[in-house]
Amino acid sequence: MRIACPFCGERELGEFTYLGDAAPKRPSAFAADGAEQPDAQDLFFDYVYLRDNIAGDMDERWYHGGGCRSWLTVTRNTTTHEIKAVGAAPGAGAQKPAKAGATS
Amino acid sequence: MKNGNALGQRPEQTEMRYSIFSLAKAALSGHKGWTRAWRDPQPKKHYDVVIIGGGGHGLATAYYLAKEYGIRNVAVLEKGWIGSGNAGRNTTIIRSNYMLPGNTGFYELSMKLWERQEQDLNYNTMVSQRGIINLYHSDAQRDAFARRGNVMRINGIDAELLDSEQIRKVLPFLNYNNARFPVMGGLWQPRAGTARHDAVVWGYARAADSFGVDIIQNCEVTGFARDQNGKITGVETARGTISAGKVGMAVAGSTSRVAAMAGMRLPIESHVLQAFVSEAIKPLIPGVITFGAGHFYVSQSDKGGLVFGGDLDGYNSYAQRGNMPVMEDVCEGGMALMPMIGRVRLLRQWGGIMDMSMDGTPIIDRTPIDGLYLNAGWCYGGFKATPASGLVFAHLLARDEPHEEAKRFRLDRFRRGAMIDEKGQGAQPNLH
Repeated sequence: MRIACPFCGERELGEFTYLGDAAPKRPSAFAADGAEQPDAQDLFFDYVYLRDNIAGDMDERWYHGGGCRSWLTVTRNTTTHEIKAVGAAPGAGAQKPAKAGATS
Repeated sequence: MKNGNALGQRPEQTEMRYSIFSLAKAALSGHKGWTRAWRDPQPKKHYDVVIIGGGGHGLATAYYLAKEYGIRNVAVLEKGWIGSGNAGRNTTIIRSNYMLPGNTGFYELSMKLWERQEQDLNYNTMVSQRGIINLYHSDAQRDAFARRGNVMRINGIDAELLDSEQIRKVLPFLNYNNARFPVMGGLWQPRAGTARHDAVVWGYARAADSFGVDIIQNCEVTGFARDQNGKITGVETARGTISAGKVGMAVAGSTSRVAAMAGMRLPIESHVLQAFVSEAIKPLIPGVITFGAGHFYVSQSDKGGLVFGGDLDGYNSYAQRGNMPVMEDVCEGGMALMPMIGRVRLLRQWGGIMDMSMDGTPIIDRTPIDGLYLNAGWCYGGFKATPASGLVFAHLLARDEPHEEAKRFRLDRFRRGAMIDEKGQGAQPNLH
C-alpha cells in the first residue's frame, strides 16, 4: 500500500500510523441542557469497544508521522487494500491548493 | 463398525488404528493399504450442534463434544477445506507463559492437553516440547519477567529465569554486543515448544469423524435461520439449509462478518499478521526464541526452515496478505538478534487474519441471541489454545455454562470493566 497524502504526495506505508475506523464519534456524557445522559454508559461502551469491522470500503484515520504530521481520512477496501480516496481529517488544517507548476 | 452414521458412507478402513505395526504392515505392502482418514459426507437435514469453521478450534470442539460430552450428531461446516485459514497460517508455537487470572489456568489446561494429544487422537501431531525463551534486555524487563515467572510457578506452570551466561550456553549464536538491547537473560518455559499445525487439524478431524461427526467442506455459511422469537434454528449454507439445535462460531478473522449475519456487533477488529519461513538449514535453533524488544520471534521447523514473525501490520484487513514495512521490520529484528540470519534466503511469506479483541483475550460465551455461541477474539494466540479452546467450547455448547477455566472469557466483560489485558494496551486492538 502507498498512500497519496494530500499535502505531501504519494508516500510509502512506513511513514503512516493507523488509528482505525473513522466512524466512532466520542459521545457526550451530558445533554445540551447540561443534564446527565441517562444512556451515557451505553454510548461510551459502544464508542470504546464495539466495531463494525467492515469487510469492504471503510473510512479510516491515518497519521502521517513521517511527513506532514497531519491526520488523514483514508477510504480503503479492507479485503483488497485498494485505496479509493485520501483527504485531510476534520480539523487537520486547510488543504493546500495544488501547485500550478513544479518547483524545486 | 461403531459410531457410524445413517448414510453408510463410512468405509471400514477409517477405523484403522495408527501404530508401528500398521506402519510396518503398510510398508511391506508398498504403502497401498492406506485409506482416507475421515469421510466426506453429504450434509444431513438436522444436527444437534453445528459448528461454523473447520479450523483447529472448530474440529477440536466437535471432537470434545463427541468424546467428553456424548453429543455425536454434530457437523463442522467449512467454507474452503479444513485447516485452510489460520490453522494453516500460524507459526506452530505452543506455550502457557501467561500471567493474568483467567489466562494462566486456561493456557496451562491447553498445555496439558497438548502433552497427551498424540495418545488421545492416535495421531502424530509432532508435539515437541523444545522450550521457549523470552529474552530480556534491561533491569526493568528482568523484574517484569521474574514476576511473570513467579506467577506462572505459583499456578503450577514451569518457568525459570536465565541470566546472560545461561543464555550464552544454549543460544551461543545471538549477538551479545547489541548496545541498545543487550541480551541480559531470558524467561524460559521448558515445556513449551511447537506442534505440526496441519497434523493437529487432521488429527482432530480424524478423531471427531471416528465418533460420527460430519466434516463438511466447501460449505460456506451464508445466513442464519431463526424462529419468530429470534432464536437461531439453523444455518443457510452454500449446500442448503441445515437445521441445528445449537450453532457455535469458531471462525477467527471472519467472526465479525458471520456475527453481522445475526445482527451482532462485537468488540473485535480483524488485522493481518505476517509470518515467514526460510530455506531449510541444518539444526541451529534449539527451541523458540522471542525478541519482544525487536518485534521478532523465531523457531526452526523439523524440516529445517527458520519460522519467524513479528508484529501485526497494524491496519484492519481481511486480505490475508501484508505489506513491506512489517517485512522490513521483522527482518531488521532478526538481523539485530542473530546477524547470520542475513545469509539465509527467505522461502515464503504469508498473512493470516487475526480476530483482535479489545483486550487481547479470547471470548468464549453464549451470545445475546438464543442458540448462537461464540468462540473468538484469539488475536495471534489461537494455535496454542486449540485443544483447550475445543474442550471449553464443547463444555459451553453441551452444558450452557462456562467451563471452569473459561469463566472469565465472557462477552460482557468489556461492559463490566473486567478486561483481561495481558499487555496493558487498552482498547486499541492493533497494539495487543
